[in-house]
Amino acid sequence: MHIIVLAKQVPDIEKVQFIKEKGWVDRKSADAEINPFDLNALEAAQQMKEKLGATVTVISMGPASAEAVLRESIARDADRGILLTDEALAGADTLATSYALAAAIRKLGAFDLILCGEKTVDGDTGQVGPSVAERLGIPHLSFVSELSEATADKVVAVVETASGSLKVEAGFPLLIAGTKELNSPRLPTLKDKLRARKAEVEKWSAADLAADAAKLGCSGSPTWVERISVPPEKKRKGEVLKGEDASARLIAALDKDGLLKG
Amino acid sequence: MEKRSVLVYAEQEGGKLHPICFELLGKAREVADKTGGAVACALLGSGVSGLAQDLVAHGADTVYVFDDPSLATFDALAYKQNLAPLVKEFGPSLVLFGATFSGKSLAPRVATALEAGLTSNCTAVELQDDGSLLQVRPAFTGNFLAHVKTKSSPAMVSVRYRALEATVRDASRKGQVVKREVAKFPSQIKVLGKGAPKESSIAAADVVVCAGRGLKKAEDFALVKRLADALGGVVGATRPLVDDGWISKDHQVGFSGTIVKPKLYIGVGVSGSPQHLAGMRESGTIVAINSDPSVALFRIADYAVVGDMYEVIPQLLEKLGK
Repeated sequence: MHIIVLAKQVPDIEKVQFIKEKGWVDRKSADAEINPFDLNALEAAQQMKEKLGATVTVISMGPASAEAVLRESIARDADRGILLTDEALAGADTLATSYALAAAIRKLGAFDLILCGEKTVDGDTGQVGPSVAERLGIPHLSFVSELSEATADKVVAVVETASGSLKVEAGFPLLIAGTKELNSPRLPTLKDKLRARKAEVEKWSAADLAADAAKLGCSGSPTWVERISVPPEKKRKGEVLKGEDASARLIAALDKDGLLKG
Repeated sequence: MEKRSVLVYAEQEGGKLHPICFELLGKAREVADKTGGAVACALLGSGVSGLAQDLVAHGADTVYVFDDPSLATFDALAYKQNLAPLVKEFGPSLVLFGATFSGKSLAPRVATALEAGLTSNCTAVELQDDGSLLQVRPAFTGNFLAHVKTKSSPAMVSVRYRALEATVRDASRKGQVVKREVAKFPSQIKVLGKGAPKESSIAAADVVVCAGRGLKKAEDFALVKRLADALGGVVGATRPLVDDGWISKDHQVGFSGTIVKPKLYIGVGVSGSPQHLAGMRESGTIVAINSDPSVALFRIADYAVVGDMYEVIPQLLEKLGK
């Protein structure tokens, strides 16, 4: 059984500083880390590996420094880490990203299951997983909060929907984008980390992908960011209410604003 | 100005249209009316033909209906198989999806099949004076707004629930309902059962009373619920309380939970982590109740009550006569 996990390096969003005037992210202000949602995908892969004896390959795309994501993945029991890194891949939107990832997956050959997180904390699109599935012509399930009864050719999944959830059985090949509820990712041990530090991370360039260069990176991206702005902070009243009559004043204010209809 | 027609994916679940359909129709009408284009909806499901008239009443000129038992449950691949050819045939400048669970699952497949640009989770879509379309979306956990344009046509966009104004229903509106041949193929996905319905829909609520770490124990949600009930609202919670298993995930307000935009948000014992603020900062009126006035939530509050939630909530309930 071959499981592929897609992972991305992101800035630590809780710590990263923003240069609001310029609309920039100061990437030096915080460490880069593996996208937190991807840890759930890695944990799910690890659990299946333990149960079914799978081989786990993790693919990431990014600058050379994103190698750290693959070391982290190897520490979490992945067998192989591949980084797609090339100037020609830079500036890709989700369509161009999925094109490169799908090309890498094709190069790897047969697989049963692709796992990824529901979205990344920086881009927040959640588009790459389903888009990769489309390129590979396989079904996918998004917003999977539970996996069970995995066998060599199928799995049972709980999928979140607007009004509740559905329990489905899906055959392989399949792509699953999991939510944070999927599991509680374990921390790698020191020994695992040391092993990962020595492991080889394969680096693939655009030339390794047997891809149409026009569909990669900037040139393969139909969307472009015209500008970045700081969200206009809604003007708030900022009334501080304290003391004994604070509750009464709050009720009076909400009533005046027409918010007490319940 | 170039004619711009718009196709709206009319999401339904269990034979009920998602209210976001009417919001998307509002934007679709605006873009089409300004440019002399048309508005169409794609409605997919089983036994859903009856919903088409409601879409017409909300602004659709044409509703393309794919009604077949094979589409009874949402499968992104099966839905894409039907929707992508329609997009090609209808030739819109803009395709709108709700940024809902199924909208976000389906849109990337359709966009990829057509090699079209897709911008997800938008909070605004604007037709610019030069006739181009601009999509605005929060990025970096809501710290920035990215203003995105699409080189290719159509521009495909998913829009957050409650970001746009819904159209008003007009039962006298006339439109065309077109039944489409359904492309069938064996699905690899088999439904085994339905999970419990979500306890609350915090995304749709007008009032959300959200508890944070100031809550001392899970049982105290009862107090929060009393306030929510008194205001005709629902209970929300911050991530730590959900992570600790005090309340189910459907109640989680925040970037990794549900992004809400109620008319009234009340945070009780909520400090306001960046990921929480990203999930509620667009709320109409924000009330923060906290004994610590230095919390981040106070800085974006309309009304900041300095006080212990365990004292303030009972006082509020008393004043509300509940």
